[in-house]
Amino acid sequence: MTELVPLLKTEKLTMNFGGVVANDSVDFNLGEMELRCLIGPNGAGKSTFFKMLTGQITPSSGTIAFRGRSIAGLPSHEIARTGLGIKTQIPNVFNGLSVRENIWLSARRKNTPRMANLVVDEILERVRLTEKQSAIVGQLSHGQRQWVEIGTVLAGDPELLLLDEPAAGMTDKETERTAEIIREINEARAIIVVEHDMEFIKMIARTVTVFHQGRIMMEDTLKNVLADARVRDVYLGKKVVVS
Amino acid sequence: MTDARHAGLQSILVLAAATGVALLPLHLDLFALMQVTLFAAMSVLALSVAFIWGFGGILSFGQTAFFGLGGYVYAIAAINFGDSTNAILLAVVLPALFATALGYFVFYGKISDVYLGVITLTVTLILFNVVNSTAGEAYRIGIARLGGFNGIPSVPTFNMPFHPEIPLSPETSWWVTGGTLIAVYLLLRLILVSRFGRVAVAVRENETRAALLGYDTRLVKLGVFVLGGAIAGLGGALYVNWGAFVGPTIFSLSLSAEIIIWITVGGLGSLFGPIVGCFVIQWLVALIGSQQTFNSNLVLGAILVGFVLLLPKGVAPTFLLCLARLRKRYRSTTEHGSAQSTPHAGQLT
Ligand SMILES: Nc1ncnc2c1ncn2[C@@H]1O[C@H](COP(=O)(O)OP(=O)(O)OP(=O)(O)O)[C@@H](O)[C@H]1O
Ligand SMILES: [Mg+2]
Repeated sequence: MTELVPLLKTEKLTMNFGGVVANDSVDFNLGEMELRCLIGPNGAGKSTFFKMLTGQITPSSGTIAFRGRSIAGLPSHEIARTGLGIKTQIPNVFNGLSVRENIWLSARRKNTPRMANLVVDEILERVRLTEKQSAIVGQLSHGQRQWVEIGTVLAGDPELLLLDEPAAGMTDKETERTAEIIREINEARAIIVVEHDMEFIKMIARTVTVFHQGRIMMEDTLKNVLADARVRDVYLGKKVVVS
Repeated sequence: MTDARHAGLQSILVLAAATGVALLPLHLDLFALMQVTLFAAMSVLALSVAFIWGFGGILSFGQTAFFGLGGYVYAIAAINFGDSTNAILLAVVLPALFATALGYFVFYGKISDVYLGVITLTVTLILFNVVNSTAGEAYRIGIARLGGFNGIPSVPTFNMPFHPEIPLSPETSWWVTGGTLIAVYLLLRLILVSRFGRVAVAVRENETRAALLGYDTRLVKLGVFVLGGAIAGLGGALYVNWGAFVGPTIFSLSLSAEIIIWITVGGLGSLFGPIVGCFVIQWLVALIGSQQTFNSNLVLGAILVGFVLLLPKGVAPTFLLCLARLRKRYRSTTEHGSAQSTPHAGQLT
């Protein structure tokens, strides 16, 4: 019998901010090509989890294995090179540079100049920014900048994408397109999406993991999660529409 | 494409500058030629700061540390070798190595970039004090006496490569200095269109993002800093060649501050602007120095405040911006005009 190594596996992952335990013994597993949604109220520890995965902060304790390789505590650029890409909650883009330059910088890391340009063209098409490629990113709308960041991350050809609130600040139409893009991406790679927008979650969700007070509260299909009384309690006041 | 147009403008600029450098000795007397030689040497220093600050986002208040080191290394080596060729090389290499050590300590030691300014400033002060206290026979390297606060007089100036018996004339010295300035400018331009240069700008824009894309931002910043140190060192050698003298005031804080003014006036994020700023400000300081009415520091301060308030982008970027606006307006009026003059077929019928 062969046991599959999961794409991502964390064990007892903990982050302690001088008393505030933002992540508390998180055991998390993700398979190849999986699309996972991560939900939870404000301050549940979702972004902290992402920051540990990408080396922006060093975990207080616990392990992170990506394809069986331990990556906890490595610097961000080394983790990125193993195949992890992230769109952060607060947009991290090169505001003073053009859309094209943003995406090119990502594409060029692994590719020859010629290939990089081809990759950029393809990504621009995908995130619907071909027309805007010469625009300075800082001057775009919030939704468009989200796409620039998603495109930039995609151009790095990661095997696992972490998207922290990708639909924030988007119009309904943009949100729909983003869901479409996520489904397209998922045809070739694994994704974890953090979102508060339940309508958006419904467009893409299969398995949902619920974070609460730094811990994983439950992990199930969207239907079961939304039907769960504890989840409703946690979200009380946040108006989760259960239909 | 604007990139192609930009490249065109660049080539014209460089060609004009090269022609200017070549022909200038025909039009200037010796005193004026010496003066522009000095300005050009200082402009190399200006370029080093313009690059690391404007494109690498690294604000070093003590770039004179590398400039001064380059000057001293050149002087000591030229005296010992009796030939300037390898001395110039050393004046580039040693400051670069020193920048590597200092940069490694700062960038890899996770010291916040804010402190880089303070650290470089402190290093400059330390160098000043160390060199200043080397008066006396005991302080010599090879046959070169460091001379403490008196500095090192009669430093051999540049000679024909590997021919110490043929020193350069003031004209040739100008060609070498002006030519070096253009060469350094071109080198930096090439670096800025290369992957390394573009990544360096990306790190300036958003270091976190650059790291999350897989770039080792510490290494990139170190590279930028070392390049800046090497260029500043080269500037130091050119400066000492100009005056045949080097003293501890080469590490002065007022020079460090003046560089910041050149760049603020010329435009941060430009390479050409700071050269203009360096020439104009130095010319102004020389002019003020020749009369008694105004204090030059006062005037420099006023210029700095004036630019920060009125023209914060500096001369060169503001000029380019105006040019772009004019072009846009011109284009939109012509398009408008042609649209009016050729009405739709539908309107005619
Ligand atoms: N650098 C930090 N220092 C101290 N506390 C922090 C730090 N970063 C996060 N926290 C705390 O950790 C907890 C989890 O924060 P986190 O940003 O991970 O939540 P989140 O689930 O992403 O919330 P949101 O949905 O609002 O983005 C919060 O209580 C937050 O205040
Ligand atoms: Mg968050």
